[in-house]
Amino acid sequence: MEHGSFTNDSHASFTLAEEDHTLANAVRFMLNQDPRVTLAGYSIPHPSLECVNVRVQTTGDPAREVLKDACQELMLMNRHVRSVFDKAVAEFKVKQARLATEEEKKTKAEEAELKKQRDLLASMDIESD
Amino acid sequence: MTTKKEKRIVTEEEKTFAKNFNIMDLPDIPTGLPPHLQLQRTRVLCEEDAPIHTTSIAYSGAYNGVGVDNSVKLENFSDNFKVDVIELSKDGMELTFDMIGIDAAIANAFRRILLAELPTMAFEKVFIANNTSIVQDEVLAQRMGLVPIAADPKLFDYLSENDQPNEKNTIVFKLHAKCAKGEGRKKVLTKELIWLPNGSELVKESGDSNSKPKTYTSFSRSQKDSFPEFAAKDSNISPSYPDILIAKLGPGHEIELEAHAVKGIGKTHAKWSPVATAWYRMLPEVILLREVEDEDAERLVKACPQKVFDIEDMGNGRKRARVARPRECTLCRQCVRKNYGEDRNKDEEEKEWIENVGREKEWVENVALRRVKNHFIFKIESTGSMPPDVLFTEAVKILETKCERVIATLS
Ligand code: SF4
Repeated sequence: MEHGSFTNDSHASFTLAEEDHTLANAVRFMLNQDPRVTLAGYSIPHPSLECVNVRVQTTGDPAREVLKDACQELMLMNRHVRSVFDKAVAEFKVKQARLATEEEKKTKAEEAELKKQRDLLASMDIESD
Repeated sequence: MTTKKEKRIVTEEEKTFAKNFNIMDLPDIPTGLPPHLQLQRTRVLCEEDAPIHTTSIAYSGAYNGVGVDNSVKLENFSDNFKVDVIELSKDGMELTFDMIGIDAAIANAFRRILLAELPTMAFEKVFIANNTSIVQDEVLAQRMGLVPIAADPKLFDYLSENDQPNEKNTIVFKLHAKCAKGEGRKKVLTKELIWLPNGSELVKESGDSNSKPKTYTSFSRSQKDSFPEFAAKDSNISPSYPDILIAKLGPGHEIELEAHAVKGIGKTHAKWSPVATAWYRMLPEVILLREVEDEDAERLVKACPQKVFDIEDMGNGRKRARVARPRECTLCRQCVRKNYGEDRNKDEEEKEWIENVGREKEWVENVALRRVKNHFIFKIESTGSMPPDVLFTEAVKILETKCERVIATLS
């Protein structure tokens, strides 16, 4: 919901229902990053109300569009975060699996070596007998 | 204002020069942010008494005066953003990773969503048929509620007020534990919870004895049939861990109950939170301001409880302190305290010094403690219902849908 004036749409407050600091703070950050914005802030009118008020003042562009752009930008940022994160985790898992198999090979090789030595010892014992 | 002076002739060359002149082009003008501002912008400085420059500078035009653009554009965000996975625990339920190049506002949104807005399944109703243990019914129900259940919440629907509990929105478990007389005390663990894929077995009392007996759920078919995930014989829904203590029974005690789990989010009640904790901290940066040598170095190494510093041998018997493990720093600030926080007995040399000069030796700081503002060490500890990497991806998705919703309402 938008609370603004009919004559000047560059200043407006928006009420986002069922949102809290989670989204509002992130959106405020994104708004502040936009050079068109002169002021951006948010408040929660009352702790028992499930809404936030976001205030946007711009250098002239419609506040509604600027807020929309901020959300759009945040969304694209999230997409990027997700793809980078998924890739990093996948790479890590591959690396871990490789390390695990190497470890296994190493322990197996060690065991085989030990066994060989033990066999050798055993056979030597027999000979000495 | 004009003064009567000889008229100066302005050549064409000068005119074009004046038109194209930009002070920033002069070779002596430093470009970019001056180092002290850069430090304030990117680091939290942890001084002895308190941290300073803790906020991030969000305003895009904050450095316009020095010709620096402070805005994060999507392109340079994409270029700089990085994720490094540090550790995944053996059971795959604890994940540590570094998130580099993101602002606290967004990192915190992820954290808040992880804690409060990701759905899981948790016990919401506990029907107690018999409870002669010393744990009261309501306490027992509360303990049951906190048991994490290893079931993918994506498979289930929310149970709204008017809904009947059915196979799509409810998971039913029963528990029957008894401690026989003459036996020792018995522990009731979560492995004794038995999944009932066919729904509740408790029959509702009704005045009319002719009607079909009704139970507390109305499953139209078994969850084994409706979910291909559980179709296999041994793929059962169970609590995440088999060894969580629910109650202790004395000889002769008995608990018989049925527990119904539904989908919910951590905002409503913490039992639905999918994480034990999800937290982040900024990367510590520990810097030696000067060479710390010999005895001083040893004192510094001893002062740090986290063993951040190491001693380096420089040959010819001299030693030097080195920052070896800055990540371990907990910001206890012991290393920036006067005399490293030790209560030192003044030695002879020092006493003499005081006698001669009339005051104590001035304490010179050796260490600068900082935090990197856009580097987060993130840790997610899942309760076991979903792996932490899935949780994080879901959290980011939820923030995305929130944005989408706002855009939709504004359009
Ligand atoms: S703040 Fe504490 S943990 Fe960090 S380096 Fe100094 S003494 Fe060590």
